[in-house]
Amino acid sequence: MNEITAHVDALPGLDPRAPLLHVEDLHVEFRTRDGVARAVNGVNLWLNPGETLAVLGESGCGKSVTAQAIMGILDTPPGHVTGGRVLYRGVDLLRLPESERRKVRANRIAMIFQDALSALNPVYTVGFQLAELFRVHRGTSRREAKRRAIELLDQVRIPDARRRVDDYPHEFSGGMRQRVMIAMALALDPEVLIADEPTTALDVTVQAQIMSLLADLQRERNMGLMLITHDMGVVADVADRIAVMYAGKVVEEAPVYDIYAHPAHAYTKALLESIPRLDHKGQALNVIRGLPPALTDIPTGCAFHPRCAYAREICRLEPPPAYQIAPHRVTSCHFVREVLGV
Amino acid sequence: MSDRNATVEAPKPTGGKPRSLAGDAWLDLRTRKIFWIAAVLVVVVLLMAAWPSLFTSADPKDCLLARKNAGAGGGAPFGYDFQGCDVYAKTVYGARDSILVGVAATLIAGVIGLVVGLLAGYFGRWVDAVLSRFVDIVLAIPFILGAIVLARRLSSDPESNGVFAVIVTLGVLGWTTAARVMRSAVISAKNQDYVAAARMLGASPARLMLRHILPNAVSPFIVVLTVLLGVNIAGEATLSYLGVGLKGDAVSWGLAIAEAGPFARTAAAPLVWPSVFLAATVLAFIMLGDAIRDAFDPKLR
Amino acid sequence: MSDVVLETRGLVKHFKARKGAVRAVDGVDLQLRRGETLGIVGESGCGKSTLAKLLVGLEKPTQGEIRVRGEDLTRLGGAALRRSRRNIQMVLQDPYTSLNPRMTVGDIIGEPYDIHRDAVPQYGKARAVQELLDIVGLNPDHINRYPHQFSGGQRQRIGIARALALRPEIIVCDEPVSALDVSIQAQVINLLEGLQRELGLAYVFIAHDLSVVRHISDRVAVMYLGKIVETGNHAAIYEQPTHPYTQALLSAVPVPDPRLRGRRDHIMLEGDVPSPADPPSGCRFRTRCWKAQPGCADHEPLLEIRQRSSHPSACHYAEVRHVMRRF
Ligand SMILES: Nc1ncnc2c1ncn2[C@@H]1O[C@H](COP(=O)(O)OP(=O)(O)OP(=O)(O)O)[C@@H](O)[C@H]1O
Ligand SMILES: Nc1ncnc2c1ncn2[C@@H]1O[C@H](COP(=O)(O)OP(=O)(O)O)[C@@H](O)[C@H]1O
Ligand code: SF4
Ligand code: SF4
Ligand SMILES: [Mg+2]
Ligand SMILES: [Mg+2]
Repeated sequence: MNEITAHVDALPGLDPRAPLLHVEDLHVEFRTRDGVARAVNGVNLWLNPGETLAVLGESGCGKSVTAQAIMGILDTPPGHVTGGRVLYRGVDLLRLPESERRKVRANRIAMIFQDALSALNPVYTVGFQLAELFRVHRGTSRREAKRRAIELLDQVRIPDARRRVDDYPHEFSGGMRQRVMIAMALALDPEVLIADEPTTALDVTVQAQIMSLLADLQRERNMGLMLITHDMGVVADVADRIAVMYAGKVVEEAPVYDIYAHPAHAYTKALLESIPRLDHKGQALNVIRGLPPALTDIPTGCAFHPRCAYAREICRLEPPPAYQIAPHRVTSCHFVREVLGV
Repeated sequence: MSDRNATVEAPKPTGGKPRSLAGDAWLDLRTRKIFWIAAVLVVVVLLMAAWPSLFTSADPKDCLLARKNAGAGGGAPFGYDFQGCDVYAKTVYGARDSILVGVAATLIAGVIGLVVGLLAGYFGRWVDAVLSRFVDIVLAIPFILGAIVLARRLSSDPESNGVFAVIVTLGVLGWTTAARVMRSAVISAKNQDYVAAARMLGASPARLMLRHILPNAVSPFIVVLTVLLGVNIAGEATLSYLGVGLKGDAVSWGLAIAEAGPFARTAAAPLVWPSVFLAATVLAFIMLGDAIRDAFDPKLR
Repeated sequence: MSDVVLETRGLVKHFKARKGAVRAVDGVDLQLRRGETLGIVGESGCGKSTLAKLLVGLEKPTQGEIRVRGEDLTRLGGAALRRSRRNIQMVLQDPYTSLNPRMTVGDIIGEPYDIHRDAVPQYGKARAVQELLDIVGLNPDHINRYPHQFSGGQRQRIGIARALALRPEIIVCDEPVSALDVSIQAQVINLLEGLQRELGLAYVFIAHDLSVVRHISDRVAVMYLGKIVETGNHAAIYEQPTHPYTQALLSAVPVPDPRLRGRRDHIMLEGDVPSPADPPSGCRFRTRCWKAQPGCADHEPLLEIRQRSSHPSACHYAEVRHVMRRF
């Protein structure tokens, strides 16, 4: 850790005892031709060192936009952060000038994407792209940078790293490319790694390799890992806590064991019942009727009410408050008790 | 079925008359301002080409050296050129051959380009190899040289005014870009899943090309054609200037621009007005092309 | 066995490549009975989609037979082929690219009738199209809408309606729910199951999601590098897998139950699928197989029932391993 701080100007207001990452009431809008799409509507999240937080939700519910807002890489315009704070060790990143944010991005919070091929530059070798990071941010010599690039590729378990370092991105398979992406993200020893659907494009066999690699690297480095996915299976294996998103809000947040055993939000419960299981051949799947809402036209009250089996009048009228039902368990559902069956 | 969508209503087998893409496109076009502006402009230009006497009573060939470069006044709102001809009348009468050459040459180029591009893109393999080489060969002919040779041959008849020769020359030499654009658009449309789906149903090549590929490949082609229209109107001027274009005492915008060029410093009007008309015409066709293209894309409606 | 509606024998598809050939499908035998679902699983690039395209005639086989109700499609031509082909339709993976964006939904679903005029029911094409929309759970009044006005799940329903138009007995589904949202997948899976019950359809259901395949399939075939390496009913494949590849695949599938964490049998496969242009000699799986013996490089294991495998498995050392134990 010392090495990092030696290279990075201290952020004003940085408090080493403050939580690693704390997103508070984040709001993001997209102003488009079809109106204002409210992609993120008051997201609250926190992440500790060495912890894996899974952000789970269907496509379009605002997972990636939340991640982009945290990273400061939102497409602006049309995207605008319209409220909230992103606190990294007590410093509100949203208030930092762009030059400071860039440093945070490279050194403290890193991100990997679903589509590794388009995130790598096709005209440079992966070794060059890795070495470039060390040269620009650490001022290391060319030779040293290359040595460290090989070391990193080794760490992400690319076989024969010494030779592959001079290959171009297209010469790697999908899984290998994702490893290269991980190497790039980890090059500058970030404290937070945001992984946006890192295995969605991969086969299960390769997915298992990548997930175990991520878990190992996280343990070794005591990183905070924010894992964004729509796959309820993947997160069951690795997450410590789970935040379920729907229509731009975190609707339920809970430790992983609790949420699968006793979902406390009608949406989480319906989602769990609608997926086919590998470990037994069930009967007809429980279906969530209808479609996720258009973000330009989010239903009133609880956004899930038009699709919810538990919904009653109040769900249409009143947005459910966040109920703290246990330590670290928060859910926004008017009928928690019915859903939990207590 | 328990999984019926929440919004599904009881079937009403009689409800809703089927509409076609073209029908929908027309319904959409009718509501677009830009389409009407473009359409009005095009109609005016076409009227001017068909019946120039509707727009001016002056005779473009009634030239008096005494009026050389005289300013606007009397019956000549744009003044007179270096030969003392009425600039307004010349411009109005110039519309006919300019539009005729531009539209007809573009149509010829468009038809050749469409057929060559569609066939090369759809059939690929040796058909593509042969047609693409053919495109390369035509493209390799230096335009001026090719045009001079071709136009000379075509207008050997001293009686003709050269319009036909110019149209064919421009059309036959100008289709290559359109063909190339069409070919690549067809190739990308051909590989779409919906084409595979239709092929699977047993659709004939003609059906695949006309129903599935062409409607999805035609947009960039239309853009090329609208640009080509302007190029062809100007191309006529080049040919006329080289002496292989319009002959005798023909008037056209291209000719007028070419003639007025050397005198632009002393008299700008004879250069400016035909240019403005030419630009407005090309713009109108581009707007019309854009509007039609958008109307045929359901996503943009 | 008049029950068998679709059968392939020694089906081979090689694509010409710069050097040699890409052996995408390399000797596939399968059988599909009336009203049954055959699931096909395997990693990306192992030939699933190519197999699907061969079945519906989008690709011509290099070798082998495709028999629909006993008639070999590869030997038929002209009108007879067209008639036979009508019996086997396909639902494509990507609902966003499989519908022509410039055709109305009515035209898309009605197109099969334009191509096969003798298939139009007596009450007319328009009624037939609206009936199909109703069957797949869409509003029959939406015939004049365009595909982009529908969501992914609804588009997939349109694709299913198009496949149903000619009243086929067999539908090949290539990853029909992979591109859909989790909550929408269940809607489409249930629809497919409902249609099967009502219309007696037989499905070839291709997917990389082994959980979905388990849910919907009666029998399952596991593919690796253009070959079927293990096949059997769903209980045999999921509860008593005997081929090392099947075992590895199953062990890699995440299960949405954190209580199984650390208690499941994880078999981590190294590396990726080798190139089908240059498959390993002998057993194709040997470069990634943890049980491989020197002999595996020389002798290609046949897909057959062995001593320790009650169902066909292409491994010399086929043996049950319980990777999916229930808790
Ligand atoms: N037209 C073609 N020309 C050359 N090779 C091809 C062609 N089509 C497919 N292949 C190759 O054949 C192999 C099998 O491809 P196929 O698409 O059937 O795989 P798949 O199992 O469906 O994979 P996925 O899960 O990614 O869809 C791949 O290696 C592919 O690259
Ligand atoms: N650049 C953009 N312009 C307009 N809308 C956008 C943009 N990026 C994302 N959105 C919208 O924001 C919403 C949330 O998107 P996203 O966070 O990417 O969803 P996901 O949960 O699948 O990651 C979606 O409705 C999406 O269409
Ligand atoms: S608040 Fe009401 S509508 Fe929303 S999830 Fe809970 S019960 Fe359903
Ligand atoms: S035959 Fe040999 S290499 Fe192939 S799966 Fe069996 S043990 Fe492994
Ligand atoms: Mg996303
Ligand atoms: Mg495929």
